[in-house]
Amino acid sequence: MSFFARFAQNRGALIGLIILVAIILMALLAPVLYPESPWRMVQRPFLAPMEVEGFWLGTDTMGRNVAAGLMHGAWVSLLIGLVSTVVALAIGVPLGAVAGYYGGLIDDALMRFTEFFQTIPNFALAIVLVAIMQPSVTSIVLAIALVSWPPVARLVRAEFMSLRHREYVEAARLVGQTNRTIILRQILPNTLSPIIVLASLMVATAILLESALSFLGLGDPNVMSWGYMIGAARTVIRQAWWLSFFPGLAILLTVLALNLVGEGLDDALNPKLARERS
Amino acid sequence: MTATDTTSPGPVLSLRNLTIALPAGADRDHAVEDVSYDVARGEILCVVGESGSGKSMAANAIMGLLPKGVRPVGGRALFDGQDLLSLTEKQHRQLRGLRIGMIFQEPMTALNPLMRVGAQIAEVFEAHGRLNARERQEQALALLTEVGIPQPEKAIRAYPFQLSGGQRQRVMIAMALALEPELLIADEPTTALDVTTQAQILELIRDLQARRDMSVMFITHDFGVVAEVANRVCVMRHGRIVELGDAETVLKHPRHAYTRALIEAIPSDVIPEARGAETDTALLEVTGLNKVFRSRGGLFKPAREVHALRDVSFSLVKGETIGIVGESGSGKSTLGRCIVRLERPDSGHLSLSGTDFMHLTGEALRRERHRVQMIFQDPYASLNPRTRVGMAIAQGPIANGVARGKALARADELLELVGLGGTADRFPHEFSGGQRQRIGIARALALNPELIVADEAVSALDVSIQAQILELLEELKQKLSLSLLFITHDLRVAAQICDRIIVMQHGRIVEQGPARDVFLAPREAYTRELLDAIPGREHELADA
Repeated sequence: MSFFARFAQNRGALIGLIILVAIILMALLAPVLYPESPWRMVQRPFLAPMEVEGFWLGTDTMGRNVAAGLMHGAWVSLLIGLVSTVVALAIGVPLGAVAGYYGGLIDDALMRFTEFFQTIPNFALAIVLVAIMQPSVTSIVLAIALVSWPPVARLVRAEFMSLRHREYVEAARLVGQTNRTIILRQILPNTLSPIIVLASLMVATAILLESALSFLGLGDPNVMSWGYMIGAARTVIRQAWWLSFFPGLAILLTVLALNLVGEGLDDALNPKLARERS
Repeated sequence: MTATDTTSPGPVLSLRNLTIALPAGADRDHAVEDVSYDVARGEILCVVGESGSGKSMAANAIMGLLPKGVRPVGGRALFDGQDLLSLTEKQHRQLRGLRIGMIFQEPMTALNPLMRVGAQIAEVFEAHGRLNARERQEQALALLTEVGIPQPEKAIRAYPFQLSGGQRQRVMIAMALALEPELLIADEPTTALDVTTQAQILELIRDLQARRDMSVMFITHDFGVVAEVANRVCVMRHGRIVELGDAETVLKHPRHAYTRALIEAIPSDVIPEARGAETDTALLEVTGLNKVFRSRGGLFKPAREVHALRDVSFSLVKGETIGIVGESGSGKSTLGRCIVRLERPDSGHLSLSGTDFMHLTGEALRRERHRVQMIFQDPYASLNPRTRVGMAIAQGPIANGVARGKALARADELLELVGLGGTADRFPHEFSGGQRQRIGIARALALNPELIVADEAVSALDVSIQAQILELLEELKQKLSLSLLFITHDLRVAAQICDRIIVMQHGRIVEQGPARDVFLAPREAYTRELLDAIPGREHELADA
């Protein structure tokens, strides 16, 4: 059975994938459907959804089109969420793997280093980093990645510690496989499930973290993001619910879709579950 | 009690056409099908079967402890005129402990680790609203004395982790007996224990049964245990009764082929003639090996030292099979792990056909590792669940520089050799325990090692599978002239396959010599004790 067929057997994962594809399409079609900048003021402020033809999600406090903002924002939010998660995994997974596999002094040293990052409040560190590096998409991605890798390292380390004494790992050592091969081939594939689940949650957290940064005025001034939209709408939430509702719904759907896809991936990658269902 | 005895000679428990359905998608429709047997007053009925035979399911149904999704669909289980299958959960709770006691396989997990032993026994009375607090403690003490725990006044204040496995099982028995049940259900109560402890527990159960005139339903996979305790035997296979009858009759004149196969599969006392070793050159030389495990002491607790190996010396000649036998904690596994260098011995000497194998480290060790391979105990843990078995076997040669295609082709050949041809692209979970153990053997052979260490390689398997694996090892030994170090807790298994036997206790070698001598004419008291503890031995000797 092909990988996709296995993936598609999980109904939820398929729905998640459809939502995710729809969001990506939204991001791609934004310049076509709304060629004008989403920052442009195009109508009277505080138009409710469906009130005026062509502004089916209404306008915001400055008269900008919410629908245009939502579509343009999709790109930035997804990009920041995914890229920062990938960077965080790239730091956390090797670090946790090495610490958990070798143990001893190496473990002590790497974990003290990790704790150093963990003791500083996430958000405070992110603010400082963005402020130092100047707000831009790159600096935001880096800042989010730098504050979100410690949990990855801890998780991977714990998994490696419990797996490294399994008999199949000992068997691999006995046949003379190198440590590198054992880490990459024997242990890492068996830690995938929790990593995938954690990663899909991290994308969600990254999107929220970006929105918090934007709210404080530390977002990239050149790009519209869902976070910025919610941040800007928070003060008027009682007069204009739709300003925070639609970007919020978009974040919710994205996070949900990522979780479903993550779960489906995990199932499809797990040979045991895959064959049991068939 | 005596009054009822005379008036009702009928069975305490009788199962009539019991059928229990498994959830859809299981490997068969019914866990047990059309099963009928009686447990008479004051007898021990042994229900015997291999894993998956449904032997425990009936007991679970009687206790109302069936797992979710599994339910009885037909038949009755009559206990004192009541159909147990139709009881509500509350009525079941009334019966459990009070009239039907139960003991389980794993005494560690069946006891609450954070509760003192005395309190756990007292809890049984409390659950049924019996006695006051002081009387409960007194009763607990009396019960602990009755089940033969040393220093019961101390044990009553102990936590489960402070007791040994055998003592914990005694506590479990005390709890089961607290309310003087008419029926005791024992589900593999001695499987997790060492042979000498097992013999003591069997003795205790037999003794208590006679003293209290209880009925016992004893579930086991081991025909040796059956020979020790049973009055009557019920042999089960695939959820059906294969044979039912007197212990004597079933053991001596089994009618059904399956029963015969099971009884024959028990390693017998007949020891094959030892083959002379091919050469005299020592392949493995172990001299004065020591290993101490130290636990890191905490702020308030001192560091603990466990001497796993003390001054162990022996040598193994090429083409020879040596059995290392001992109970848990004897250091036999540590010895095996030191020889394959998964552990590093503290001192002594370890050499493999002249090469110093003890002081190799890092890359040099990795390059020499292919010379000694290991077959592991747990067939479910020794294969990577995400690696296809062909690849699992080929990984060794690939790591040692063999081309991928060639290594995979060789893996196919090896699978063929162990009787699993054409299965290279399957995942481990698609195999049974015995098949996985074959794959483990193929993996160990893949590197053409000079020495193979088998650590309890057949202990986790059913007897009939165990016999097949032993046969396979025997066959491979002859075909490939393997040198084998066979670590086991089971003296009889060792006697089947080994040329020489080494008996270990507390990290020391107690006795070593040719298998025949050690088995039939042991010199040391400890070896004799081990031999005497083997269940069913008397029965067999009488038979021979």
